[in-house]
Amino acid sequence: MNQWKNFTKGLIKENPILVLVLGTCPTLATTSSAINGVSMGLATTFVLVGSNVVISLVGNLIPSKVRIPAYVVIIASFVTIIDLAMQAYTPAIYETLGIFIPLIVVNCIVLGRAEAFASKNTVVSSLFDGLGMGLGFALALGFLGTIREILGTGKIFGLELMNQGALVFVLAPGAFFALGYLIALVNKLKK
Amino acid sequence: MEYILLIISAIIVNNVILVQFLGICPFLGVSNKVSTALGMAGAVTFVIVLATMVTYLLYQYILVPLEIQYLQTIAFILVIAALVQMVEIILKKISPSLYQALGIYLPLITTNCAVLGVALLVIQKDFNLLQGVVYGASISLGFGLAITILAGIREQLDTLNIPKGMRGVPIALVIAGILALAFMGFTGIV
Repeated sequence: MNQWKNFTKGLIKENPILVLVLGTCPTLATTSSAINGVSMGLATTFVLVGSNVVISLVGNLIPSKVRIPAYVVIIASFVTIIDLAMQAYTPAIYETLGIFIPLIVVNCIVLGRAEAFASKNTVVSSLFDGLGMGLGFALALGFLGTIREILGTGKIFGLELMNQGALVFVLAPGAFFALGYLIALVNKLKK
Repeated sequence: MEYILLIISAIIVNNVILVQFLGICPFLGVSNKVSTALGMAGAVTFVIVLATMVTYLLYQYILVPLEIQYLQTIAFILVIAALVQMVEIILKKISPSLYQALGIYLPLITTNCAVLGVALLVIQKDFNLLQGVVYGASISLGFGLAITILAGIREQLDTLNIPKGMRGVPIALVIAGILALAFMGFTGIV
């Protein structure tokens, strides 16, 4: 029951993007299509789960003065793993996401969960917390990517819905508009 | 000429925030007032130029000879974190007035993805040291430009009656979108 709560809170109630507004850089940069958004979300989920589990395991061994650099090294190791794995197995997606894969290191969600949750909780709780937060991130990225893809190209996951779209939604300005109005909508619904 | 193109391209055409989406967190976080925005821009410029130099030398003279380039993400982020700490300590000692001006922004910069982003881009684009430093400085100027413009606009917003749900981050994002539209006009100059 408790684990279920740890898992679901990240999906909607504490959604890292739409509610906490963390990790906006990859959110804006990688959601030009639904598939890119979801891939980025899943890569981040992998790093989040891995770093959360390891940090909850070794958290007690790390002196509190050097904990942040230690966390960063653990996170960077998982980022390197996913970076090399994607380069080898999904080169096309790796190419489009580009520099934002190594930049998962500085995604505030990952370090935020390490500091706020994993360092204080058990391994199993941290696993579910990482999974929930990561999937919440992926969900929001996928949603934003879908909106932008439909408005921008008239397609959804590459399938054609309409003949034409407003290209601006695939380009940089569309990212800001889509995320801005989405957060406004969430704010409105919260009340 | 090559350098002029590099500078214009990094500041305006490929603006770090409005086109490349690096450093959005401080862009949204500290753009309430022009004065704080300028302070942040100053601190970012300082760190980016320094970090670009150090990470470039680290890559060329340590990682490449040892053939451990795959460790670049780990190595760079550690160097940047250490550098920010060091800059903070040194500034405090030798120039208290500058520390007063930039101090509060320094710890925030470690998690600014523009710093690591520029370090990685310089390696990816195969720049030499001078090009890298010029690129880093121009990127920071672009960052300063975007954040100052946004702060100027957000100061004016205080007097307006904005719908409740749109206040804060959403309206800032929409304004950034309009700015990005304007910056799209520069596409093709270089």
